[in-house]
Amino acid sequence: MSYVTKSPWIIHYDGSSCNGCDIEVLACLTPMYDVERFGVINTGNPKHADIFLVTGSVNAQNISVVKQIYEQMPRPKVVVAVGICAASAGIFKECYNIIGGVDKAIPVDVYVPGCAARPEAIIDGVVKGLSVLEEKRKSLKEELAAETVKAGMDFKAEGEEREGA
Amino acid sequence: MNTTAIISVIAYVALAPAAGGLLAGFDRKISARMQGRVGPPLLQPFYDLFKLLEKEPVTVNRVQDFYVLCCLIFMIITGGFFFAGGSLLLVIFTLTTASVFMVVAAYSSNSPYAQIGASRELLQIMAYEPMVLITAIGFFIVYRSFNVADIIAHPAPAVHYLAGIFLGFVFILTIKFRKSPFDLSMSHHAHQELVKGLTTEFSGKTLAMIELSHWYENIFLLGFVFLFFANGTTQWTVIAVLACLLAYFLEIFIDNSYARMKWQIAVNSSWIVALTAGGVNLLVLYFAIFGFGLGV
Repeated sequence: MSYVTKSPWIIHYDGSSCNGCDIEVLACLTPMYDVERFGVINTGNPKHADIFLVTGSVNAQNISVVKQIYEQMPRPKVVVAVGICAASAGIFKECYNIIGGVDKAIPVDVYVPGCAARPEAIIDGVVKGLSVLEEKRKSLKEELAAETVKAGMDFKAEGEEREGA
Repeated sequence: MNTTAIISVIAYVALAPAAGGLLAGFDRKISARMQGRVGPPLLQPFYDLFKLLEKEPVTVNRVQDFYVLCCLIFMIITGGFFFAGGSLLLVIFTLTTASVFMVVAAYSSNSPYAQIGASRELLQIMAYEPMVLITAIGFFIVYRSFNVADIIAHPAPAVHYLAGIFLGFVFILTIKFRKSPFDLSMSHHAHQELVKGLTTEFSGKTLAMIELSHWYENIFLLGFVFLFFANGTTQWTVIAVLACLLAYFLEIFIDNSYARMKWQIAVNSSWIVALTAGGVNLLVLYFAIFGFGLGV
């Protein structure tokens, strides 16, 4: 187990929804459920976050916002779609402005069903997301190491080229 | 520099992160209990720090990491001077240098949130700085020396002469520990406020460095509280350690029982406390020592 699974910081974004799931997300922070037991912090800053918790569906207005928040988060990162609207647009599916679930904008790792999703289900979804986070951390580590090696090789090749010239 | 000074500096550099992290862990646990929650594990601040080190490096520009590193280094130097028994003036000016590097780092990131955070941080520095200087002057008037080693070696504990200044210093500790009601530039709890103010654009290792320098700073500040009580004897050392713990608990309590205030109140109240508690204390000392010839 690495540290990334012990300190998942969350950023929460509400797409177009009825606000029901958002209230349940905030309920997770109350003394009743207290997700801080697992080191979860509800940050307001994508650059500090590890888990992107999206409630509600993606529409024409907010798709760029969802994408931008996702892009601003440093890797490793995990997306958890909370509620049926985030999974498939739910009851809003036929609306003229709705594009669909969150996976129409960004890759989603965990789907939490429910209308509204219960706090227990949300916590369960976040905990499921942790194992994905751990896998992503490992692949990121390899990727970064490979990049460093490649940069070193390029530098060496460049030097040899210069010497040859 | 003698052996004791070298040992205490090494102990500070090596152990302050551990002690500061534990202090932060207790802080979060006690805060959670005050709010009727279970709270995170005691070692949570360490998990957070190591997690941040595992993250992908993302920076807005190249200089910001350098500024944050300077902040960390100057914070370590500040505590180093202090625990080596050096001059209080030097300690205070190095501390200000560290704070200014943090402000410059936030300004350099060009984010509007970080810039508001940096402006508020400057206001906070303006609020607490007079009291810090009065504290140094108070120590000098009593002991005729700015050196921490001289102050701590003297058989008379400072709090007997500097009770008012001590109260004023504890008041500005709220600002330095970044506790509510004066956590204007970067709050530990209101994570949405100003998108974490000063640290908006910092992530991963940079954020870890900021957290680490905050731990160093907290331990150094508690060292300052210790200085008010210590006189070299075991009895007063125990009292001094208890005073440090009590001061920190008081800050946690204030943190959990006050809402954030406007910056005007932060500046005004700090200056009023500095002038009344600190200024009156200095005046009394001045008359007692130079008027009636009472000295230590």
